[in-house]
This record gives sequence, C-alpha cells and structure tokens, in this order.
Amino acid sequence: RQCGAFTRRPYGSGTSPDPQKGGILQYLCNWFCDIEYLVGWSAKLRYRNLRRKNAYYGYTKDIYGDNVAAAFFVLSHRGRVRFQGQETWFCPDQRGKYSSDFLQLRDVPVVAIDLTGSVLNYDGLDNLVKLTALKSLDLSHCLHIDDWTLSRLHVFKDSLEELSLAGCPQVTERGLACLHQLEHLRRLDLSHLPSVATPGLIRILVEEMLPGCEVVGLGPRDGLAPISGTQTSRDGREEPSVPSEDRRAGEIPA
Amino acid sequence: MALECDVTSCCPAVPGWSQLPGPGDPQQGLGMAWGWDLEKEVVKFRKKLKESLPGSDWDPLGTTKGLPPEQADVVIVGGGVMGWSVAYWLKALEPRRDALRVVVIEKDPTYSRASTVLSAGGIRQQFSVPENIQMSLYSAFFLRTINEHLGVVNEPPVDIQFNPSGYLFLASEDGAAKLENNVRIQRAEGAEVSLLSPAQLKKKYPWINTDGVAVASYGLENEGWFDPWSLLNAFRRKAMSMGVYQCFGEVISFTVSSREIMMPEGELTFSRINYVRVQMPNSLEYQPVECSLVVNAAGPWSRKLAEMAGVGIGPPDTQEGIKLPVEPRKRYIFVWHCPDGPGLDCPILVDTTGAYFRREGLGGNYLGGLSPAEEEEPDIQDLEVDHDFFQEKIWPYLAHRVPVFESLKVKSAWAGYYDYNTFDQNAVLGPHPLVENMLFITGFSGHGLQQSPAAGRAVAELILEGKFKTINVEKFSFQRFISGEQVLERNIV
Repeated sequence: RQCGAFTRRPYGSGTSPDPQKGGILQYLCNWFCDIEYLVGWSAKLRYRNLRRKNAYYGYTKDIYGDNVAAAFFVLSHRGRVRFQGQETWFCPDQRGKYSSDFLQLRDVPVVAIDLTGSVLNYDGLDNLVKLTALKSLDLSHCLHIDDWTLSRLHVFKDSLEELSLAGCPQVTERGLACLHQLEHLRRLDLSHLPSVATPGLIRILVEEMLPGCEVVGLGPRDGLAPISGTQTSRDGREEPSVPSEDRRAGEIPA
Repeated sequence: MALECDVTSCCPAVPGWSQLPGPGDPQQGLGMAWGWDLEKEVVKFRKKLKESLPGSDWDPLGTTKGLPPEQADVVIVGGGVMGWSVAYWLKALEPRRDALRVVVIEKDPTYSRASTVLSAGGIRQQFSVPENIQMSLYSAFFLRTINEHLGVVNEPPVDIQFNPSGYLFLASEDGAAKLENNVRIQRAEGAEVSLLSPAQLKKKYPWINTDGVAVASYGLENEGWFDPWSLLNAFRRKAMSMGVYQCFGEVISFTVSSREIMMPEGELTFSRINYVRVQMPNSLEYQPVECSLVVNAAGPWSRKLAEMAGVGIGPPDTQEGIKLPVEPRKRYIFVWHCPDGPGLDCPILVDTTGAYFRREGLGGNYLGGLSPAEEEEPDIQDLEVDHDFFQEKIWPYLAHRVPVFESLKVKSAWAGYYDYNTFDQNAVLGPHPLVENMLFITGFSGHGLQQSPAAGRAVAELILEGKFKTINVEKFSFQRFISGEQVLERNIV
C-alpha cells in the first residue's frame, strides 16, 4: 500500500478538494505523500515558533520580579507598557529597540499593557498573570487569542477596568461568556470580531452580563464586509438595506 | 455493471434501429444512416473499457465490501471516542511509520445509540481522585491544542466549539466538608477552582436561590462544554489519515486458546485471543481477524464483549468468575426553553441534589438532567424517554434552585447510556490478569468523553511501551475487582 516516495495515499487527507481552489500545492499534496508530509512539517514548525515566541520569561522573573519581567515580555513583543505613577508609556522605537529604564522600576506595578497586533497566545499569558494591579489591557488584532485565552483573564478580576479585543479573529461568543468574572470592567471594546455570529444579540447579552461596563462595537454593521453585493450576515433582519445574496450582480431589482 | 446488461448500446439493435432518420435531419453526425449516434456510442464504449481495466470498481465475483483485513496487530472493538482516541494515539506514538496495523470495529455506522454523541459534552476537573483530575487536565490541554494534534494537511481546522463557562457545584451543610476537601485535592493537582460562600454566589449569579447551599465551588479555567461529535470526527479523520482501518461490523465471538497453569493460589486458566470474528452488517458473512491485541472500548456493552473472551465465565468464587462490573445505565437529557433564564454567564450548575443544567445556545434554551437513585434506574432495553421523570424529579429541584425555571417549556429530550461501573464508578484501564491480550478502556460512568484523550494515550503507552508514562493510572486496573479495593469517585454527576 505504501512503498516509499511518490505514492498516492489511499487513506490520505480526507476527500480530495478541488485542485483549482488550492492551487498547485494542493494538487501535489493530494498526489504525493512526501509533499503532504512537508506541508505538515511546515505547519508544525509554525506552531513551534509560536510557542518559542510565547515562552515564559522565568529567568527575568527570578531576578527582577513579576512586573519587570512582564514589561520585558511586552516590550520584546513590540508592545507598550505603563507603570503606576508614570505618565509616559515605555515602547520600542521603529527598529524594535527600547531603553532599559524600566529595569529600575522593580516594585512598581504595571497598570497598562498594549499588545496590539502581537503573537500573544494562551502560553504567553503566563508572563502576565501575576500582575495584580493591571487596569488596562489592549489585545486588539492579536491573531492567536482564542476562547481558551479569554478564560485565563479571570486573574485580573479585581483590577481590570479596560479591555480591548477588537479585531481578534479567533474570539467567539463562547469566549465572551467567561468575561463575566471581570467585575470592575468599565470599557470593553469588541469591534470587528469576525467569528461572532450574531453581533447585535451578543452585545445585548454582554451588556446584561456586565451591567457597569460600556461595550463598544458589536453594532449591527460591525464586523461585516463592506457593502459590495455579497453579504454574509446570518441574520438577514439586521441589514435591510444591503442587497441580498441571491441577487446576481448587475441585475435590476424587481 | 459492464458485461451483464445494456446489450442495446453495444450492438445497436432495437431502440436505435427503430427510428431511421430522414435525409434532411440536421442533428445527425457520422453514421447517421444507421440511426446510430457515433459520438455517444464512443463515449459509452470508453466508459465501459475504463471500468473493465484494473483500478476500477468492477467485480464479477462479487466480493463483500467493508471486510476488515485478515490480520491486524491491534483490534479496537468500539468506534466511540475512546476507541478512536486509542487508535489515534497508537499511530501518533508508534516508533516507526506503519509499525502497527490498527483496526477499529464499530457496530453501528449511524452512531444512533453511541454514548459519545448523546453526551452533554462537559469537561471538568472537579473530581475527588487525583488521577481523574490529572486526566481531565491533560484532556483540556489536548483540546486546547487540538489543531496541533489532530490537524490534517489541507483540511479545515478542527473546531470543537468549547464554551469555557465552568462548572458550579453547590453543596449543602452535609456535603460542605467533602466539597472543600475535594477542592483542596483539585488545587494540589493544579486545577483552578475557587470556593464561594452563599453571599458571593448570590452576588455573582443573582438568579440562584441560595437556600440550602453552604458552599459552592466554581472551576475557573479548563472547564465547560464542547461538541462531542466534532471531537469524535477529528480523532477519526486524523487516525484514518495515519492509516487506521475502519470496519463497520459486529464482533460475534473470539477464538481463544487457553492453558492451565498452577499458581501458588491454585490452578488458573490463562488464555489468549487469537482470532476476532467480525460479522458484517445485515449479513451472515463474517471475517476472522487474526490479532495480537484486543482493546475493549465497547462502552456500555463491554461486559458482553468481555464474556465472549471468557471474562467472568467460571465458578463465582474464583478469579475466572469475576465479571467486568460495567453495565449500561440509561440517562436522560431534557432541553427546555425559559425566556428570562440565566444569561451568557450561566455555568454548568450542579445542584446539591445532583440535578444539573447548562445553557444551550443563545436563544434561552437550557439542557440538563439528573442521575436517578439506584432503586429508580430506568429500563435499559431501549432509548425511550420518560417525560414524567422530568416533571416529577428534575423540575422541582430546578425550580427550587433557580426560581425563573418555574415557568419553562420542555422542547425535546433524548436518552443515552452511561457505561456505568457498578463497583466504584471509575474507569477500567489496562489488561485483564487472565486474558492476556485484552485491554480495557471502559467503565467511565459518565465522565468518559472528557477523559478520552488522556485515557487513549494511557492505553496506547501501555501497548507500545509496557507502562504508563504521562499519567500513572495503575489505580484503575482490573486487579482492583479481584482484590476488592474500591477507588471511589465521589463527584459523579
């Protein structure tokens, strides 16, 4: 059944999808085991890289303490960090370099972290969970933040006042349900969440769940593709003015 | 079929000939004079030729489709989440590619009575036995990184739709000490569980009636519910892509060879399963599969399968006579609608009485159930739902605990089987002492789905390496039925 290189695999990766859609790589994967393994290995390498980038800064934590280690982690991910009592943010410049002044602030708690667009994931939060005085956390446009990661944010329940999850593609309404732990939350930014299926309903449910919190985003038009004829909104009632899917382009409406 | 029929198209006899076209007919091609459409005939001929060449489906002798291979290394009986988990881990951990030939045999291709797909799909770490907590923690880690493990190249990613809402266990005065002890054990194993007083409970969840609640425990991380069918299909897809054979059929008997050996405690019969007879669905035909190991992942029907191998057949006071204490128990799940019920933050609430419920979707629907008392166990013959059970037993408890549930409307219900371990309600993992090559992975009594990745890995490690490496589940071996030591799980829902 399998005799070395260049054999077609009868039990290979599921059904053979349309070659035109996947391109030449897809076609080669369907025909040759070796190409399939190479593609599989490249996926594994991507996961390994992500884990490496989110590694735990244990050494820094032992020497400098939790707050400085967290700041170091954030700065090395090109984020910004602000300490208690300071007005200015520590941030890296264009080329990713940052000053080491934050190393002096050993016992000053970190109050605000901005990790927009970073590769933070569940494991990377190990570096941030010990921050007991964190007031503002900005995780917008982080591609690897998912529902499991949101379930870890309960550690900030006594202090977090501002949270932003705008533009995180893997956050769904199931993860938003576990934000009820954050009792002191005042501002929650949930704009442009493509995986949340019914934004309007979720907004109402989140507002009910967090009564003292201002929820930004998740409006009726939020997160949907710009009006160009093909609308993928599940709830048709939310967009009465948008042309429906079954109308062909160029057709004059009846 | 290629040669049997369709003579008319090969030799264009009656239909083609009866309509001779006129000379001025514009739609005829070559050969029009004979009323014989050459292009169509050429296409048909090519199709028939392709079918008769090797590599096509055509089969004159009519071999049965779907037979298992005649020889396999590991035969896994039972195609639920446990069986496929073992199959996946065997392939993931094997020392060389294709080192083992693994066959998974499943009786029902529609999975209509399978416990996996009828399960409520919860995962929790709030157990009282440390090994159970470790298995659940490992399974949570597995589900979190499911695409790294079960992702197949060029297939869509696996989405088990996990809701991280947590389990909330309520305890009355009598059970408070036990609950706090359990939480201590859970925290020692690394589970994130918090204790709540009635006041804190009321503040967090205003819709709960805290009457009769002394303390509550809430799982903060790695607890919630997910879709069992997605997990099953993910395991199956990945295992099949790694070369596991799937066979739909029923195991009717084993061919066992045995010998008597004199042991210090007396003469014992040691036996080995040599062949597994698999009968094809809706047919009398069977295939004997020669195998070296059999994994019993048959869930509620594990005892029947074990008896085919001779487990429990013998005089009652001997080792041979000890049966596998796993039997099917019917459990109901009811789905109801309540318009003003708990919102998005509703966890899986397990009441002091044992009744549980959780939110289902976003439309005000909830699902829940209750494990009946021993003497009220329903009949296991079929999966019919007894709606009176909800009216009389579950609804009063729910209405007492959550006052808004006094007005609710039951939308639907279903029933499924627990593979209930009557001895101590915990898993049976590992080999049988007398039937040398049968391994058990059954008896989970309702918390199987959430432990399936860990249990599958444990049994696969046992097969490949001879011992448990990741989590030591020696405690759950068959030996405890012989020695009589119960490993009681007190937190059964």
